[in-house]
Amino acid sequence: MRSILKVLGVVLLVVAVVLPLIASADTLSDVQTRGKLICGVNSTLPGFGFLDSATGQFSGFDVDYCKALAAAIGLDPGNDIDFVPLTAGERFTALQTSQIDVLIRNTTWTLTRDSQALGAIFAPTTFYDGQGFLVRKSDNIKSLKDLNGATICVTSGTTTEGNLADAFREAGLTLKTKVFAKTEAAFGTFDDGGCDAYTSDKSQLASLRTISKDPSNLTILPETISKEPLGPLTRQGDDKWFDVVKWTVFATFFAEEKGITQANVSSFQSDNPSILRFLGKEGGLGAKLGLNEDWAVKAIEAVGNYGEIYTRNLGPNGLAIPRAGSLNASFKNGGLLYAPAWR
Amino acid sequence: MIPAFLRDVRVLRVIGQVVFLALVAAGLGWLYHNLESNLQAIGLKIGFGFLNNTAGFPISEGIKYTSTDTNGYAFLVGVVNTLRVVLVGIVFATLVGTVIGISRLSGNWLIRKLAGFYVETIRNIPLLVQLFFWYFAVFLSAFPLVKNSIALPGFIYINKRGLDLPWLLPTASFQRWGWFLIVGLIVASASYLFRRMQLKRVGRPGFPLGWALASFIAIATLGWFLSSAAPLRWDIPLLGRYNFSGGIEFSASFFALFVGLVTYTGAFIAEIVRAGIQSVDKGQTEAAKAAGFSSGMILRLVILPQALRVIIPPLTSQYLNLTKNSSLAILIGYYDLVNIGETIFNQTGRVVEVLLMIMGSYLIMSLLTSLFMNYYNRRISLVEH
Repeated sequence: MRSILKVLGVVLLVVAVVLPLIASADTLSDVQTRGKLICGVNSTLPGFGFLDSATGQFSGFDVDYCKALAAAIGLDPGNDIDFVPLTAGERFTALQTSQIDVLIRNTTWTLTRDSQALGAIFAPTTFYDGQGFLVRKSDNIKSLKDLNGATICVTSGTTTEGNLADAFREAGLTLKTKVFAKTEAAFGTFDDGGCDAYTSDKSQLASLRTISKDPSNLTILPETISKEPLGPLTRQGDDKWFDVVKWTVFATFFAEEKGITQANVSSFQSDNPSILRFLGKEGGLGAKLGLNEDWAVKAIEAVGNYGEIYTRNLGPNGLAIPRAGSLNASFKNGGLLYAPAWR
Repeated sequence: MIPAFLRDVRVLRVIGQVVFLALVAAGLGWLYHNLESNLQAIGLKIGFGFLNNTAGFPISEGIKYTSTDTNGYAFLVGVVNTLRVVLVGIVFATLVGTVIGISRLSGNWLIRKLAGFYVETIRNIPLLVQLFFWYFAVFLSAFPLVKNSIALPGFIYINKRGLDLPWLLPTASFQRWGWFLIVGLIVASASYLFRRMQLKRVGRPGFPLGWALASFIAIATLGWFLSSAAPLRWDIPLLGRYNFSGGIEFSASFFALFVGLVTYTGAFIAEIVRAGIQSVDKGQTEAAKAAGFSSGMILRLVILPQALRVIIPPLTSQYLNLTKNSSLAILIGYYDLVNIGETIFNQTGRVVEVLLMIMGSYLIMSLLTSLFMNYYNRRISLVEH
């Protein structure tokens, strides 16, 4: 009897742990009633999501999108956001269990993640990234082929492990890996010589290089072994909330296309009907999303258009990831950023 | 008026238990229903089909595995890796704990104080911090790069990635030699049983295991020389551009986890051993001495059999702790079952299923440990004649 009780107790515990999986069907009204947006972010990746230990402030590209979203739904982007720092392994569970309203944490858009399997749905891509390798110049590694038989450090809970195996299998190379739960441990092991290369999205590599013990000895290999479109995620089955997130992202694209900036948005003058609809002066588009008419204006006022967000976090003063000619340029400049029709 | 049988205490007890069981079952049913409907609400369905899908991620520690194997097999690799560190860890933690525990009672002032210092330091620092210390401060920082490996005689290499050793590989004639090993095992068990019965009859202590070992080694050696070619050959580690290939490698993560678990659990076991020895009355030692026993015999025949009764139950929980603490492996990059399990649920999105599997694995390991230790405890417990 006692051992049966023991087993029962364990089973009870298991179920109790998974119990909080309670899905909310209307996140938008939940957020508005609560008066706070709960945004899942990275806290250790300078440029995308970083918690400054001196000021206690979050900053970065993904963090700016949280602010734009908060402003669009009528909250104060300065005070009404709870940032929840999440590891790669925790993030989807946090979203599934409604711990967070939206996940904006340099997360790659994949079929599995976008499907029933994960119960998540991806808003438009905000940053087109690709997986690369950070190596030491002193090791004289010029390309992926030179890494045959090398040990490579990886952070668990990412798409990178699978991509790595695929790339090496395709090229007929052998590899050893070391997997860590935390980026700091994985990168630290590489930085101390425990691995020959560190692999992750190239934007992350650029970011991590800045915190290396010897940044000048590190270089990123030219190969990109994967597609890593990064963007915000919400839960499946809440289309209203998903639309709000999706169109907030598009608003930053649209503003850039039309030359609307953080500085001029409140006084922007135009006769262009789509711009008038964007500014909330015509068309009643806000109501269709369940928002105020000036939602897009508020979002741009908070963080600026896409170009401004990019320059602030990833531009020459930040990670210095070149934008011109990359996939992250506006479609007008040969990139992939394109806002649908504003009507 | 209440019928008579309802006033019978025995009936009431049964009713009480039945009601309790029904309540527990109803509670469980309610929880499961909640789980299922909540999962359904977000479009998830419990299922284990993903275990047959190709894993597609690399694992570079443990039994043979390629990224084209299935998720289920990848999980098994993790289970084996956990078992490896746990089993070796339990053996060494017991040794360390016993030695330190006896040292704490030593007549030598220095040894006694050093053992006390060890226990008080290790016991009072969180294991996670100790693991980080062993991995980052010791193995990763204090050892040389692969190309500057410390070479020990016998093709043994030590560097910050781990330890590379020569390893025995079977050759073509191994299968024939295998038959000799099987015969050797049978003869060894037979001689063990025979010798034990013999010892019991004459009522004297002895080492039946020694007989078994000797007969096994004799037959294995005979088989070796009767084989046309050597059934095993040495596989020697060779330095490539980045790493050693060939031989066998134990990673720095494995050692950090192993050393961390052994020193930490050893400190607790030391206290248990000390308490066990102190629970045996001093008069027993004195009586044994008066009867002419040597000090080794006193420890083996008088003190330990009685001390073990006090030692085994708390020792079991230390073994269980060691098993569960091994799940910190992912933080220092060891491929244990939590590490691989996490990779699987991130690749497949099957969080609930994989977590259930992880919990089930630890539960089974812990229950087996408990079962074995309880059996051992019953065997050594005082038998009243």
